[in-house]
Amino acid sequence: MLRISQFEHDAIRRHGEETYPNECCGVLLGSSDGETRTVTNAVRCGNTRSDSPHNRYHIAPQELVRVQRQAREAGLEIVGFYHSHPDHPARWSQTDLAEAHWIGCSYVITSIVRGKANITNSFLLTGETEEGKRFEDEIVRVVAEAAAIANESTP
Amino acid sequence: MKIFIPTPLRQYAGKQDAVDVHASTVGDALSKLTSTHPDLKRHLYTDDGKLRAFVNLYLNDEDVRYLSDKENTRVKENDHLSIIPSIAGGADHSELLLHPIIRWPDHPISVGVPDPRN
Repeated sequence: MLRISQFEHDAIRRHGEETYPNECCGVLLGSSDGETRTVTNAVRCGNTRSDSPHNRYHIAPQELVRVQRQAREAGLEIVGFYHSHPDHPARWSQTDLAEAHWIGCSYVITSIVRGKANITNSFLLTGETEEGKRFEDEIVRVVAEAAAIANESTP
Repeated sequence: MKIFIPTPLRQYAGKQDAVDVHASTVGDALSKLTSTHPDLKRHLYTDDGKLRAFVNLYLNDEDVRYLSDKENTRVKENDHLSIIPSIAGGADHSELLLHPIIRWPDHPISVGVPDPRN
């Protein structure tokens, strides 16, 4: 399960609307207990795929190094990533799977239909190895306030 | 020097987010890391011993691939080496959403609240 505050949920959907018709992308910071990833901060990143930004995204590794450093300093970890699918469904594509390498992390996808955020789904990248990786559907639990994330003890 | 381990690989590094090693070069640091935590090896390297293409190595803020000596670059005690798997993807052309949302069976699992702006 992915737990995320309404504020951050809105933020990643708004990001997709702002970059439409191109894909947006970012990193989800928070904590994980193995079963549940809790997002406390969604960090916007730039899409370096200037050759095909409407259906491809790529985050510069140097930006990831910076985000990972920020997370560490804040006592957080990278628990997932998000991107948008402009005028495409909120489902993982073969490209998404082929280029996903953070096993155990959540990959959140928002479909943007004619500039408006539609469905937001999350998929957990599972498997033991790169060769055996796969996406599994993941429930997204949106809570009203960021503070509620910390206070909620049951799913 | 300190090697920062990305989230998915921590389970193979004693659940640590960083590992300290005494090394002379980037390659030496990786070798010592995988000697101490051998389960990391298959996740970082292909069967023929090459670093997997999606694994990025950053020595402080420099991409090791673009350093003149690459993995033979000498390191100092206070250097940081970050292991960063790449992040990329994107929608496929074959799934182009041609019709309004009610005609496309979008994924059914989301239980998020509806967008109040709709």
